[in-house]
Amino acid sequence: MLKSGRPWPDLIGSPTIVLTMMKKRTEMGSVTCNPLAPPSTRLLLNPLKIPKQLHGSQRASKIIAYYGLKTPPYKLDALEPYMSKRTLEVHWGELHRGYVEGLNKHLAKDDVLYGYTLDELVKVSYNSGNPLPVFNNAVQVWNHDFFWESMQPGGGDIPKYGVLEQIEKDFGSFTNFKEKFIEAALTLFGSGYVWLVFHFVDNIFRLVLLRNFSVKREERRLAVVKTSNAINPLVWNDIPIISLDMWEHAYYLDYKNDKGTYTNVFMNHLVSWNAAMSRMARAEAFVNLGEPKIPIA
Amino acid sequence: MSKDTLEYHWGKHHRAYVENLNKQIVGTELDGMSLEDVIIVSYNKGNMLPPFNNAAQAWNHEFFWESMKPGGGGKPSGELLELIERDFGSFDRFLEEFKSAAATQFGSGWAWLAYKANRLNVDNAVNPFPSEKDKKLVVVKSPNAVNPLVWDYSPLLTIDVWEHAYFLDFENRRPNYISVFMDKLVSWEVVSKRLEIAKARATKREMEEERRKKEEEEENSEDEAVEVYVDGDESESE
Repeated sequence: MLKSGRPWPDLIGSPTIVLTMMKKRTEMGSVTCNPLAPPSTRLLLNPLKIPKQLHGSQRASKIIAYYGLKTPPYKLDALEPYMSKRTLEVHWGELHRGYVEGLNKHLAKDDVLYGYTLDELVKVSYNSGNPLPVFNNAVQVWNHDFFWESMQPGGGDIPKYGVLEQIEKDFGSFTNFKEKFIEAALTLFGSGYVWLVFHFVDNIFRLVLLRNFSVKREERRLAVVKTSNAINPLVWNDIPIISLDMWEHAYYLDYKNDKGTYTNVFMNHLVSWNAAMSRMARAEAFVNLGEPKIPIA
Repeated sequence: MSKDTLEYHWGKHHRAYVENLNKQIVGTELDGMSLEDVIIVSYNKGNMLPPFNNAAQAWNHEFFWESMKPGGGGKPSGELLELIERDFGSFDRFLEEFKSAAATQFGSGWAWLAYKANRLNVDNAVNPFPSEKDKKLVVVKSPNAVNPLVWDYSPLLTIDVWEHAYFLDFENRRPNYISVFMDKLVSWEVVSKRLEIAKARATKREMEEERRKKEEEEENSEDEAVEVYVDGDESESE
């Protein structure tokens, strides 16, 4: 955990290589954006000894990063023909990367925000509606990590088991949910995201003797929400399950202005219900703190 | 700016805004109003009514197409250049400010060069010492569909930084798009013309205000001939 300036020695004149944490990917989607994430999601820095031949380059002498660019859990052309390789290259390789670099630049200026997980950083920098400058970059990194993992090659179709049950319970039917989701996407004006979230109606704090107070979230149901620009349902304490990036950069190269086709293709061919399943299981576990319940996904 | 971009941007996006707007206002009280009035009324002081997005976007895009011309770019001249140099220091500083406003608009939106007259935009406040110097050029940026008409500015130049405006030609490289726009596309003649119109409008409004003030004064002085104690500024607010 980096709490202050520079815990590693200055290597003037030689590039410092940063290790990006690559999480082991399970079949059920990846362990990311997770309220229970172990500290290993934080980026660890290990300056390496640079092999001699690189000393000749006169490039920037120091590359320091606090968060790394996570690669999507599939190759860049794996989502063809629904999302082209070029879109992935630009969207992930340049835009997402740009957000990560911007985030790191912000963090380099001041060490007051070191040591947070990305989730926490998003909530803290949102600052209850008066966002700090680092918010845009931080949340866009989070959003894009989440978005890549909300998709998979051979995705789409309908969910199964617990996810389907929950959807049918809260929306009536899967078709109804799909309609609502698509409608939200088409009526979103400007840039933003559409989300399927676990929406909580918070009830009163309950002071429990001999322990810290715990928030008992009485009612919870799935909901479709749309947000503008970079806003993310984490900031009002919902738990996102699936997201769809409706910024024009996400679909313009493939579908130009045809949002309808893009959204339908996402629902029919790209959305990863496996990821949704694991996220929902985690969300239920998170909410039921103190009530160990084996999640039946 | 490629033909493809124009075909989509004008032929599909802009056309859709116009068609949807027409669908939305047919039969309502907004139907006969001018586009600027529709915008200001549906902006509703920030609490936007449904037709606002379409109306404002229709206006914005028309304004945007007219701000460009083939073989554009270069520098402005005459009064416009003078005002730019007076208000920004130099043309290069203005260019920097405009480019940075356009590049830092997060999400979708527009960047503008606007002429700001010296009136305040609220109903119960008056600029006590209006002077020529307060009438200045400003660079502003606005999100999504908002445009400076709603703040009572007179827009002179705009650049569309919604991603659909540059994604086909420049992908994510917004600063390149902005530079190319300023170097090769801007039509300074149109901007100068708009400046003249804006100034004329500002002067006309001032004269009208003066006239109205005089009328009020005359009315009041007739009534208050007998009053000994008169508060000077109670009845002069707009």
